[in-house]
Amino acid sequence: MKPSYSTKIVLFAYGILAIIFLYLPLLSVSFASISRARYLTFPIKAYSFKWYTKAFESDTVTDLVIISLKVASIVTIVSMVLGFFGALAFARYNWRFRHLFQKVILLPIFFPQAVLGLALLIWFNSLGVIPTWKTAIISHLVWISPITTLIIAIRAYSFDSSLEEAARDMGASTFTIFREVTLPLLMPGVISAGLFSFLLSWGNFPLSLFTTGADLTMPEWLYAKMISGYSPLVPTVGMLSISVSLFVIVFAFAVAHLVRMIKQARI
Amino acid sequence: MDRLNKRIAYLSAAPILILLLVFFVAPLLVIGIYSIMPQKSFSLLAMPDFSSYSVIFVEGYLKSLFWSLVLAFSSTVILFLLCWPLAYAMAKIFNRFTLIITIAVVVSLFVSENIRLFGWLLTLMKGGLIEGLLRHYTGNGFEGALYNVPIIIFGLVYVYFPFMLFPLMQGIAMIAEDTRQAAFDLGATRWQVLREIELPLAAPGIVVGTLLSFVLAAGALAESKLLGGQTVIVLADDIETAFTYGQNWPLGSALSMLLIMIIATIAVFGISRVDIDTIMGRKRS
Repeated sequence: MKPSYSTKIVLFAYGILAIIFLYLPLLSVSFASISRARYLTFPIKAYSFKWYTKAFESDTVTDLVIISLKVASIVTIVSMVLGFFGALAFARYNWRFRHLFQKVILLPIFFPQAVLGLALLIWFNSLGVIPTWKTAIISHLVWISPITTLIIAIRAYSFDSSLEEAARDMGASTFTIFREVTLPLLMPGVISAGLFSFLLSWGNFPLSLFTTGADLTMPEWLYAKMISGYSPLVPTVGMLSISVSLFVIVFAFAVAHLVRMIKQARI
Repeated sequence: MDRLNKRIAYLSAAPILILLLVFFVAPLLVIGIYSIMPQKSFSLLAMPDFSSYSVIFVEGYLKSLFWSLVLAFSSTVILFLLCWPLAYAMAKIFNRFTLIITIAVVVSLFVSENIRLFGWLLTLMKGGLIEGLLRHYTGNGFEGALYNVPIIIFGLVYVYFPFMLFPLMQGIAMIAEDTRQAAFDLGATRWQVLREIELPLAAPGIVVGTLLSFVLAAGALAESKLLGGQTVIVLADDIETAFTYGQNWPLGSALSMLLIMIIATIAVFGISRVDIDTIMGRKRS
């Protein structure tokens, strides 16, 4: 039973509405970031980029960007490695505890992040570790490496294990097989997992909130300013955070497109 | 050969398992131990007295728990109703548009949730995008739409939209077209097909989607703080206060344990009913 034409139109409109619903608040933030007034009211009377200039000149904002970048980059690299091996155990091999392993991996994703952040804070305290941006890396990893595992696992499910067996029959060592067969085949999954982990870490706030100690990431600073002591820089710094994410996404899509074109040109 | 593969499997599982053991299981154990320590204790070795649990029941903490669960439940129900038609269309009707929506939703996930909630603050406040423009063009404004319970639910629905949409879509994609067709041919009504064919066949996706939304919403903090002002105190709020301003770790731990127990019961019950391989699209061999 095919849906009628009018049903299709309604559903299509619904889809567009959903996208507007998702992006309307970001539209407000972007308008607010270029409003001249210190306290915003719509309609905006005068536009200016002065808050951007202020943000770029501010040492606080520079520190926020550097710390957020450091955390996100290290989380990306480590979670790609953990996710790659995790995905092999998750999807590729049949071993005794595989189903249990799959459920254990899902648990941190099904866990409220604020509570996880607080639990880690208490744990670091008990260990005598003073929270800094380094401990935030660990808290991000607890949440993000299960996600990278899942993303790479999707790729690993469609893995043709006879390729590995063929390599082994030809006398390749386990290490060579990993390097020459397994890793290249899973590479698209690993790359998109890396993309996800960078972006999720960059934007994460509930975990950072409790585990960065005196250091602040961008989302944390924003939250602090939203709750108390509002600063007209909030929309601007928010937009800067969004722009970095957007840049990374567009860059990744461009590279993916380029790689596809080169591959096609070779054939 | 098989033995070698098994060894590789154990070795591959090890790094992430060690990470989770040291930084997920161990912290939760410590929380568990703190929760039975005397009030305001900072030591794990005091004589356990379970006083925090009695404090929970005596003081107003059950109210926050109640609010957390009510908010999570209502937002999950609304999310299911909102997402079902869209997920259905994405799985079965749209072609290229599914990709566009998917990208749009995933990209929105990468924007920090507090920036997005702050955006709603700017959109809905008095003098915000909606009220300000309405007043400007019609002359009639209203008192902003913030700081009440429905707006908190709205915030939860907004933030957890993707966590319902994608699992539902995955579940609906598992409904075989032939089965639906057969039911229609046998004279089933649209309603019967939904109840007898589509909902049961999409069950794994429904379970994962509702679980994720409920669990995440029950532990959410930012929505009630940013959009709700201080209208309602949720459990996660109490937990944060106990650990930070209150400096009462045993109380915070006991409150966390309460939330963890509820979530764990629901999650374990749900996850054990779902075959992960099927949802993730493993080919049947």
